[in-house]
Amino acid sequence: MVCQTIPMKIVAVCGAGIGTSVLLKMNAEKVLRTLGLTATVEAADIETARQSRDAQILLATPEIVDKLQGLPSEVIAIEHVFDLGEISEKLTKAML
Amino acid sequence: MSLLNAALGPGSIATGVEATDWEDAVRAAGAGLEASGRCTPAYTDAMVAAIVELGPYIVIAPGLAMPHARPSEAVLATGMSLVTLREPVSFGSKKNDPVRVVFALAAQDHDRHLELLAEFAGKFGSEGFVNSLLSCSTEGEIRALFA
Repeated sequence: MVCQTIPMKIVAVCGAGIGTSVLLKMNAEKVLRTLGLTATVEAADIETARQSRDAQILLATPEIVDKLQGLPSEVIAIEHVFDLGEISEKLTKAML
Repeated sequence: MSLLNAALGPGSIATGVEATDWEDAVRAAGAGLEASGRCTPAYTDAMVAAIVELGPYIVIAPGLAMPHARPSEAVLATGMSLVTLREPVSFGSKKNDPVRVVFALAAQDHDRHLELLAEFAGKFGSEGFVNSLLSCSTEGEIRALFA
């Protein structure tokens, strides 16, 4: 039997799930491609993220991070959504 | 036409706007969405309410705010509006204040604006794009940056 590794799940979170989280998701995917890491990345609003509880990592801007406490996921604050260096550094630290 | 220029309908771009505070700035951007027929005033109220409730999380990069609210009946068509401010205003963001550019987004659903946001990310991913926008004094100059 072949043992398959389940890819890590990352959820980018924002208030509405249509704007900030989508930009975070796109830039996280870019960073993962560059780093050669595999993970699924989704965008969600706070409620959906709090209910699904199946992500290893949550990404959000700092104000949203406060609303994601108490979940079984590592929560990473991204200050500058377009700073691929910041996303890369923080994701690498969390995933490796 | 680029997706960004298509999303920015007639009446959706204003340069050198005077805003007294963050709410004034968000409402100015909301007025652009309303003027271009993308949303009703209720959507502008919802963008303000989201910031009151959750804080300035929509200040996503130095000097740049992207107010938005959930897809709802108040959204008439997916679109964006752009306001550059004469004087920067504080949104209460620790890292990214003060805000000089407000780019409001209205989305009809969760999917149809994704390519638009990809184009948006491509533009703002380049260093200094906020400053390039601020150096524009006319709508035509701004549309040329998005071409």
